[in-house]
Amino acid sequence: MMHLESVCKVYRKKKSEVIALHTTTLDIPRGDYVAIIGPSGSGKTTLLSILGAMSAPSKGKIWLDGQSVYDLPIEERAQLRQEKIGFVFQTFNLIPYLTAIENVQIPLALAKQPVEKQRERAEELLEKVGLSDRMNHKPDELSVGQQQRVALARMLANDPEIILADEPTGNLDPETKDQVMSYLEEFNQEGRTIIMVTHDLSAAKCAKRILKLSNGGVCPDETNPLLKTA
Amino acid sequence: MNLRTIIWKELRERPTAMFVSLLAILLSVTALVAIRNVTVFSEIEVADKLDKLGANVLILPKEASLQDYYAADMQSETIPEELVSELILAQMTGVEAIAPKLCIPTTIHNQKTTLTGILPQSEIQKIASWQGGVLFKKHEGCKAKINLANEKDDSPEALSKRRTLQNLGENDVILGSEFAQATGLKQGEKIQIYDEDFTVLAVLDSTGTVDDSRVFAHLHNVQDLSESGEVVNVIEVMGCCKDVANGLVGDLQSLLPNTKIMTIANVVKTQVSVNQMMTNISYMFLTILVVIGGASMASSTFSNVIERRREIGTLMALGASPKFVTNLFLAKAALLGLAGGIGGYVLGSVLAYFLGPYFADISVQPLPSLAIVAAGIAVFVTLIASYLPARRAANLDPCICFKEV
Repeated sequence: MMHLESVCKVYRKKKSEVIALHTTTLDIPRGDYVAIIGPSGSGKTTLLSILGAMSAPSKGKIWLDGQSVYDLPIEERAQLRQEKIGFVFQTFNLIPYLTAIENVQIPLALAKQPVEKQRERAEELLEKVGLSDRMNHKPDELSVGQQQRVALARMLANDPEIILADEPTGNLDPETKDQVMSYLEEFNQEGRTIIMVTHDLSAAKCAKRILKLSNGGVCPDETNPLLKTA
Repeated sequence: MNLRTIIWKELRERPTAMFVSLLAILLSVTALVAIRNVTVFSEIEVADKLDKLGANVLILPKEASLQDYYAADMQSETIPEELVSELILAQMTGVEAIAPKLCIPTTIHNQKTTLTGILPQSEIQKIASWQGGVLFKKHEGCKAKINLANEKDDSPEALSKRRTLQNLGENDVILGSEFAQATGLKQGEKIQIYDEDFTVLAVLDSTGTVDDSRVFAHLHNVQDLSESGEVVNVIEVMGCCKDVANGLVGDLQSLLPNTKIMTIANVVKTQVSVNQMMTNISYMFLTILVVIGGASMASSTFSNVIERRREIGTLMALGASPKFVTNLFLAKAALLGLAGGIGGYVLGSVLAYFLGPYFADISVQPLPSLAIVAAGIAVFVTLIASYLPARRAANLDPCICFKEV
């Protein structure tokens, strides 16, 4: 489903170069649940950005369902994100001036869904994450755990095939963390592919496989036959 | 949920930022509308004054001197009547009407008077149509048409106010109020001039000028009776006030080099120069609106983009295209521009209403057409000013959504 072919990412500033991601080839089949771990600056978020069609690699290609993602024009790449990819952020990234239901409606509005349909779907998703009584609350009126659940509901709005999570439990207390991890597991069981960046080894263990990154390079893992480092 | 909801909610969330963005635009539009409003009514006032005065340019013989504006035609020097045709043919911008006159001092009914021959507008229109032209259609600048004699209103009494009249029969005369009083003649009575019989068509209202002691008759009759030939003492020109100030006098002088062109300089120049000054000030405020308002709007939109980088990145991660992000900021700018334009129009109109009588000694009413101009300019300025920040927002790296900003 997702295939990285000799992908690398180099950041250039004036005359200096920083290799954020060494040449990497990687396959992620449909329904996979991958945890990417590694220390800060190891290239985890860079890899997530490349996978999320948000940052073009310096070299190589990324194929999603047989389509080269970065050969698409920028508008079509935005549409690809809208239709196939859902994001979960460490700090939730809710729009502060919109209510919970309005935040969930955003992806539906971007997909030009009718307002009625947007509301119905948003209500359904907020109910699913147990927030039917907090629909009209703004993010600053919600607890941290509730905010992350709103973010999960928003991520599900357009029914994405792939979920990219950036430290989804980084800002959560243990109880809420467990709750979020069980949601992710549930989404994976529904057939969605999950790629999660985390520092938290206990969270990473929930994944089907773990990908270790260090200094922009993928550490070889014999238990992981789909992963090769150039 | 749509683009409009996002813009509206964001504006409500940050009312102070919204007000600051609006302030420069609002104040500039207020000043622009207030000054323009006063200027327009001042121009109407000038036109009205000139209307009351009648002709505002006189074409006189080269040797003539002008002691009294109303007695300009009472001199022995003459100019050929054919200059009237030249004037009609020239179709000069700003000439609204012309009235050639010939004055003959005489005694009628034992009363010393000035028999004034005047060519009615209907005959001037005939000359124009013979020459295949349209009579004085070129007109620039003035907001109000000068009150001229016309086919719809051809009462002879209008002569005292307008110094022209639409129709005058060959055997009709119009009497000044003093002359009528002295001779006891009334409308419809017969009068003998140079052994010819005439009927009193009307008696004019008192004007307080030398016109009160005159007797007015058809120009060609007066020329025949006095045997003076096809000449006149003066051609009065009713010119548009603005065009008079903007070079009509010079144009007339070039067209008729053997005449003296006189204007009521004090009335026209002073008032029109005040109007010109006000117009210049309104241009100055327009520049301020463009520069200060635009700079303020650009700066505030740039700040807004920087403040909302993470939000923009998140929207992009959720599938917003660069076009959507551009529209998000441009639509907000247009909304602020519209609010600033309409708010500025309301404030400016109120200001003009109260300050007009105080500063310009004129009564000022709101001008609805200015609302469209004010809103249009304000929206245009805010859109131009916000274009670069909006493009910058659209070109932001969406990966910013992963970072703590």
